[in-house]
Amino acid sequence: MIVSIASGKGGTGKTTVAINLLRVAPGEAVYADCDVEEPNGRLFLRPEIAGEYTCTVPLPVVDYTKCTFCGRCREACRFNAIAVLPKSVMIFQELCHGCGACVMACPERAISERERPIGKVSHGTSGNAGFVEGLLNVGEAMSPPVIRQVRRHVGRDGLVLIDAPPGTSCPVIAAVNNTDFCLLVTEPTPFGLHDLKLAVAMVRALGLPHAVAINRAGLGDRGVHDYCAAEGIEILAEIPNDRRIAEAYAHGRTAVEELPELRPLFEKLLRAIGERIAARGAA
Amino acid sequence: MKQLAIVSGKGGTGKTTLTAAFAALADNAVMADCDVDAADLHLILAPEIGERHSFAGGLTATIDSEACVICGQCREMCRFDAIDETFTVDAAACEGCGVCYDVCPAGAVTLTNEVAGEWYVSSTRFGPMVHAALNVAQENSGKLVAQVRQRAREIAEADGRELIIIDGSPGIGCPVISSLTGVDAVLVCTEPTLSGQHDLERVLELAAHFDVPALVCVNKADLAPDMTEAIVAHSEEKGARFVGTIPYDETVVAAMIAARALSEHEPSPAREAVEEIWRTVRQILNGEA
Repeated sequence: MIVSIASGKGGTGKTTVAINLLRVAPGEAVYADCDVEEPNGRLFLRPEIAGEYTCTVPLPVVDYTKCTFCGRCREACRFNAIAVLPKSVMIFQELCHGCGACVMACPERAISERERPIGKVSHGTSGNAGFVEGLLNVGEAMSPPVIRQVRRHVGRDGLVLIDAPPGTSCPVIAAVNNTDFCLLVTEPTPFGLHDLKLAVAMVRALGLPHAVAINRAGLGDRGVHDYCAAEGIEILAEIPNDRRIAEAYAHGRTAVEELPELRPLFEKLLRAIGERIAARGAA
Repeated sequence: MKQLAIVSGKGGTGKTTLTAAFAALADNAVMADCDVDAADLHLILAPEIGERHSFAGGLTATIDSEACVICGQCREMCRFDAIDETFTVDAAACEGCGVCYDVCPAGAVTLTNEVAGEWYVSSTRFGPMVHAALNVAQENSGKLVAQVRQRAREIAEADGRELIIIDGSPGIGCPVISSLTGVDAVLVCTEPTLSGQHDLERVLELAAHFDVPALVCVNKADLAPDMTEAIVAHSEEKGARFVGTIPYDETVVAAMIAARALSEHEPSPAREAVEEIWRTVRQILNGEA
């Protein structure tokens, strides 16, 4: 089963929840870091890396011995990534999505593709658990291809915990789309509530089963509780606002290892998610 | 006219709290909320919307099952796994490249251009603000950021405003690149955690990549003083200027709940620290420090 952990607002505790769930998981489990712009799971899980490989996107290359500068490739490109000048064809790689439309459109077969590196995927183990991480190269704008590569790498076997990036746009969609359940982590503040509403709109648009976990419970106000009650969204866990958790996090230590009294909270959360997925499967 | 972008790498470190405080402290600025994915600045600045514009997104394909001849070419050619075995397009996975439209021999594919979001020009108690709301599950946030910044520049020029304060988004991808290219300085607000340090490092590399001078401040600095020290030393090594720390202070959340900028709220250690950082940043922007 694939459980994605997302948030809308950044810094609400996605990674904290994901790594603690991983540590209390009873069977086969994999942690997949899909926050490829800023992956942090590694800092806590200290994995032994078994291998890594480059993640690439196709980039068109024009063969000028065949090109007639007819402009069909420019017309075919919906991303305005191609400009055709009298004696050259300019490809703007940061706008190119690597869809291949230009290759298909060229009547002279003058366009081929080369693989352009934009990041890498690392995989290994952390204790009994599997570890996969995507990392976007600095300066690259588009993270979804790296995220999709991580998703392909982990597959669907056992428990897969996907640590998603913040926000609600394309990188998050790539991370959470077609997962079995999306847990939305928020904090009980006006910013947390506002961005939770956006995240709920996103999971509803994608038709994903979802519930909320509140981090730093006790801080702020009751807005998140009132909203969830009004919208019929379950709150499956409330992680207390405890300075010791923050200090463990600061130094890259896992809360359930540092504070064993927190174990039941995460065990219960993982069971609750499993039950909701099972109930849905049966229905 | 100067442009200051506030970013963080890691989310939730206090970008918007800082931006709102700077908005209140600056006397002649335009605010640009470039965290178009999860914009929060309006919760504090309470903008009165003056102009409203729609923002066109990319294309999305749909397949007419009546016209479809089930040849399978679209599925084979789609590189985004957006067409399933029943020849239904997953709108969330579709990138709008049009390859399916181009290959379909039956004319069964339609491409539609949807409204991806809105952007606004508003007035606030601290001056003009340009902001946006991207609809959920949309792309092109970098383009929307560019739109917001362009309008903020036009307003600053027309009104003789001295500064544009840009609230950025977390990460290092397209909206962040779009938020920080060409600014006079980028202020990175981080926190004293291993994650904060790691993410700061990548944002500083990004700033260096685009040749933007970087400033660093550490929020909740007293939560892990050892980490704060390490971050300060490391930032200076990387050529960034350290401009101050903010202590952990629950007044920050109280101000947020009251929908007030920290510098409008009752005196507190965090407020004092943010005001000190503002003075330093302003001097740096004016070339006085």
